[in-house]
Amino acid sequence: MYRSQRLAIKYLTAAIALFGIMVVAGLMSAYHYIHPNFLFGVLDFNIAKILHINTLVIWLLMGFMGAIYWFLPEEFNIEPVGIAAAELLFYVFVAAVAIVAVVFIFVQYGGSNLLSMWFINQGRKFVEAPRWAALGIVVIMLVFAYNVIGTAIRAKKLTGIMGVLIIDLVPLLVLYLDAFSAQTNMSQDLFWWWWLIHLWVEATWEVLIGCILALALMSVLGTSRRIVETWLYIEVALVMGTGILGLGHHYFWIGTPQYWLNIGGFFSAFEPLPLLGMVVHAVYDAGRHQMKTTNRPAFFWIMAEAFGNFLGAGVWGFMITLPQINLYAHGTQWTVSHAHFAFWGAYACAVIGVFYLVLQKVRGSAMFDGVAWRWAFALLNIGLVGMVGGLLLSGYAQAFVERALGGSTHEAFMLGQQNPSFAAGMNARFIFGLLFAAGYFVLVYDLIRLGKRVSLRTADAVTV
Amino acid sequence: VQIEDPKFWRAGAISIVVVMMVVLAMLTIDTLSVIDAGGSHVPAYTVINQNVGYKFDEGRGIDAPTIGGEERLFGRVYGQQDAAALITKGKLVIQSRACIDCHTFFGVGAYYAPDLTKAWLDPGWNTWKMITAADSREEAMVRFLMDPVRYRIFERAMPNLHLSRDEAEAVVAYLKWMAAVDTNGFPANFGRRSAGR
Repeated sequence: MYRSQRLAIKYLTAAIALFGIMVVAGLMSAYHYIHPNFLFGVLDFNIAKILHINTLVIWLLMGFMGAIYWFLPEEFNIEPVGIAAAELLFYVFVAAVAIVAVVFIFVQYGGSNLLSMWFINQGRKFVEAPRWAALGIVVIMLVFAYNVIGTAIRAKKLTGIMGVLIIDLVPLLVLYLDAFSAQTNMSQDLFWWWWLIHLWVEATWEVLIGCILALALMSVLGTSRRIVETWLYIEVALVMGTGILGLGHHYFWIGTPQYWLNIGGFFSAFEPLPLLGMVVHAVYDAGRHQMKTTNRPAFFWIMAEAFGNFLGAGVWGFMITLPQINLYAHGTQWTVSHAHFAFWGAYACAVIGVFYLVLQKVRGSAMFDGVAWRWAFALLNIGLVGMVGGLLLSGYAQAFVERALGGSTHEAFMLGQQNPSFAAGMNARFIFGLLFAAGYFVLVYDLIRLGKRVSLRTADAVTV
Repeated sequence: VQIEDPKFWRAGAISIVVVMMVVLAMLTIDTLSVIDAGGSHVPAYTVINQNVGYKFDEGRGIDAPTIGGEERLFGRVYGQQDAAALITKGKLVIQSRACIDCHTFFGVGAYYAPDLTKAWLDPGWNTWKMITAADSREEAMVRFLMDPVRYRIFERAMPNLHLSRDEAEAVVAYLKWMAAVDTNGFPANFGRRSAGR
């Protein structure tokens, strides 16, 4: 095993741990809606939410990095360059995440000065981490880019997938520089902030996961490189063709010109297309190989990714993306329903697929299957879909009562929150959240045991 | 080059990305001029010295901000620099207390607490004027922000974020400026209807 692959295992292990913290923080945020006095003044909703969404970003990012560090030497057939620096930075990354989490939980706020921005909380959604930590992420991403690009140069070869990955790393890094902003003008602040959030989540991350899935499909199903690379280019064309100007669906109401209503509505209406393409690709490949695989959990999670991405990001996003509907759906639990489904479908399922794929290689099992992973798969997916359904119900009630009927005042907001359908949706979200959490524990149990158990059984059989 | 050849699709992908990026760059240049403070959609910070409203615009068919005559904030008239300094302070308070992780600004943020896009114009401040025994909307807002737990009216309350008087005033000024931003009609029907009546 290459050193880079040992580093990959560390990243994936850290990702699983942070996934767990995200679940706990999510359950806390969900519980706040049901019992607003829960930890009031001690750990308020905003801190729980910050922990929830930041661990989401970090565990997925670590999952992506782990996946790339795993496949990198296999793509180039050499030990990637600069791995010693990357190994050191892994520990810096983990320590920084821990320090930031402790500061969020125990310090929470600073004064209205730049010192707070640098050391406590930047208070911008998804990029709340103080600037010193954001600077650390820039350094980590720079070294990550050096590992990939440097290896390609040393190996004197460039596969199509790695070419796409290298080009994708540029916007991934450049866009993140907005994480340091404290612009006074909220319209300008949000204008650039959406470049970071939208063009990460709906463009560069989609391409990154496209690269990872291309590598995973070759590994799990033995699909030919020519096919996955063709599909990857088609996906890049469609994701960027619809997603770059699809950015406009975030520019409806933030002070930006009215022409964004048409541009954003038009292009984002086509954003499900590449995701539908991924479903076709996955189903086609699965059928072509008659679903024969030596790693059933990885295969199922990759399939879940294709369908989840299309439904969660594509269909659920389309529901709220046209301006005539978004005027009422904007900033409600409807958005939350879409966000949960999309992040899960587009990214989380794929990263879990990578966990299994790597684990099979690590444990050296010829066949990866069992019972526990099916339970984890069912509990996590049913839990997630249940949460999405609950949030959708709440979102409909909120859009109707608060926005359409009430005109979005403070009183209308509170009436929306007290609406019986809204409350029922929130209760359902929490209950299905518990189911999801149970699924997480089964997943962790399975990841610890799978393969080990199989080899033990084989050993027993041999002994008998 | 044949259609089955990955190179065909690679060329297509590169062309599409380049075209879309050029279009986005052009739109960005235009948009930045519109959303600059003092641009056609976003008022200068000195708008805090004027009356700010929100009315249905017959011509555009959507709700739009109205900016009227002088209406002092905290009994003062702010010069250009003072207004900019106050609004800058307000933004730093908003970021340092992570307001956006409970509230939304222009509908962006978290959904645990009310949207603040037009909070300056919220009819609810009349209730808080009575509760806080304040003689003006801005004074009621300051008193509420400095001790939100004391003036809570719903079970779901805002925690005390330990704002100083200066910080609370800066936030109020920020909200007044923000209410004057033209948001293409979001939120619709603000303050004109009252749910449940």
